[in-house]
Amino acid sequence: MDGGKVASPEQIQIWMKQTMDWIGGIAAQNKYVGGNGLPFDDARVVMTKNGKPVVTNGPFGDIKETLGGYILVKAASVEEAVAFAKGAPILQGEGNSVEVRKHKHADTN
Amino acid sequence: MNQDKVIPHLFRTEFRNLVSALTRHFGIAHLQAAEDIASETFLAALESWSYKGVPENPKAWLYRVAKNKAVNYQVRNQVFTQKIVTKLKSHSEAFEIDLSEKQIQDSQLQMLFALCHPAIAPEAQVGLALRMLCGFGIEEIATAFLTNKETINKRLYRAKEKLREINLPIEMPPDVVINERLQNVLLTLYLLFNEGYYSESKEMVLREEFCLEAMRLTHLLIENSSTNQPAVNALMALMCFHASRFAARKNSRGELLLYDEQDESLWNQELIARGAYYFNQAASGNKLTRYHLEAGIAWWHTQKDNTHQKWENILQLYNQLLQLNYSPIAALNRTFALAKANSYEEAITAAEKLQLTDNVYYFILLGELYSKSDRQKSQANYKRALALTKTLPEQEAIKKKLSLSGI
Repeated sequence: MDGGKVASPEQIQIWMKQTMDWIGGIAAQNKYVGGNGLPFDDARVVMTKNGKPVVTNGPFGDIKETLGGYILVKAASVEEAVAFAKGAPILQGEGNSVEVRKHKHADTN
Repeated sequence: MNQDKVIPHLFRTEFRNLVSALTRHFGIAHLQAAEDIASETFLAALESWSYKGVPENPKAWLYRVAKNKAVNYQVRNQVFTQKIVTKLKSHSEAFEIDLSEKQIQDSQLQMLFALCHPAIAPEAQVGLALRMLCGFGIEEIATAFLTNKETINKRLYRAKEKLREINLPIEMPPDVVINERLQNVLLTLYLLFNEGYYSESKEMVLREEFCLEAMRLTHLLIENSSTNQPAVNALMALMCFHASRFAARKNSRGELLLYDEQDESLWNQELIARGAYYFNQAASGNKLTRYHLEAGIAWWHTQKDNTHQKWENILQLYNQLLQLNYSPIAALNRTFALAKANSYEEAITAAEKLQLTDNVYYFILLGELYSKSDRQKSQANYKRALALTKTLPEQEAIKKKLSLSGI
């Protein structure tokens, strides 16, 4: 969700707070491992064209979904991970989604 | 000052000075001997002074006696090779334990770094620091830890044995090691302060002295250029902000008053200002530590007004703190801030997810959160808290809440 381009500073602040509270809530259950937002400032797209890598500043809109960030949590099951995902403030936007994936080394941690 | 007051006061300050100086002189392996010599010196003082009265210069008397005992120990001690003993005998005139102000400060700092070696358990480090660096008696330490002398003695004995094995030189470690060890040192000082601030022991005077000692040792780190780092200043700020409430925390009978019950005109504004100064000093570098975040939270608690801004800031600081350093108490405090900043309903949902069902404070929190919406659930939670608590003051506090939420 490239909210920064269209939203007012007040709206951004509300999103920020909601995100911080969401992460804080997971951390309060001692289930937070790490995470980061992935802003679009200074972002690049690297793609193959005619067998060669081509670097562009975008557009990101060519694909249906863009990645806004990730969060790594400790969850006992996929259901628990899904429950965390349901709290993500980004889901307030119609059509937005959160993908839940298992970390490759999850079982050893 | 009469003798009853002179001796305990001298004991505290001079005991730690003697132990540091003697340990530096003999080496950390002889920590026990340093402690024994210091103890024997005070025993001798107690015996002699009760008959003859306190000498003109008690400090000089103590140092003279301690030095004699140290020479005897050194000559007697089998672990010294003949060579050293011979050398010592020929230099016995020059045998001098440096007890100058500068030397004592240096050796205290060096001892602090030695005691905080990672091989020593944190609890033992706090005990050792209280005994060796602050000069508290075993009985006092046992009182604060709500345990008996034997337990403390055993704990300290094991730690001293460990130190003897490692046999660290008493010196300031090189900068690389300082940075590594500093984390441990700060944690020990933080725990030492907390032992005084949050202990369930009723000995309020003793508890405040623990806190002041933690602040004195932290200040030593600030005075030394290689340890005067942002995290150290943040810890000092945290301690100042908390300590500002010492006078307000107790009623006329010396019993503990909760934050909401305190008269904020008794909060020490000078300490708050000093805390703000250290906090400002802490705002450099690029490492945000738990001490920065906790000092920030403590600062907001020096503001009594329940503004939305206050609780919003506290909530965000706890959100960050929990990502950095999870603890059940931080999780509970964060949920309370969530209630104040967002809503009680949201906080109830968050609290139910914590499931800290063996924690008294968890049920006190739930009791509080439900108090506005569901009296029955509130009471049920306070009752569960009551069943878990072991101390009398806590039982009384919970009963008070039960009676308030009743009818």
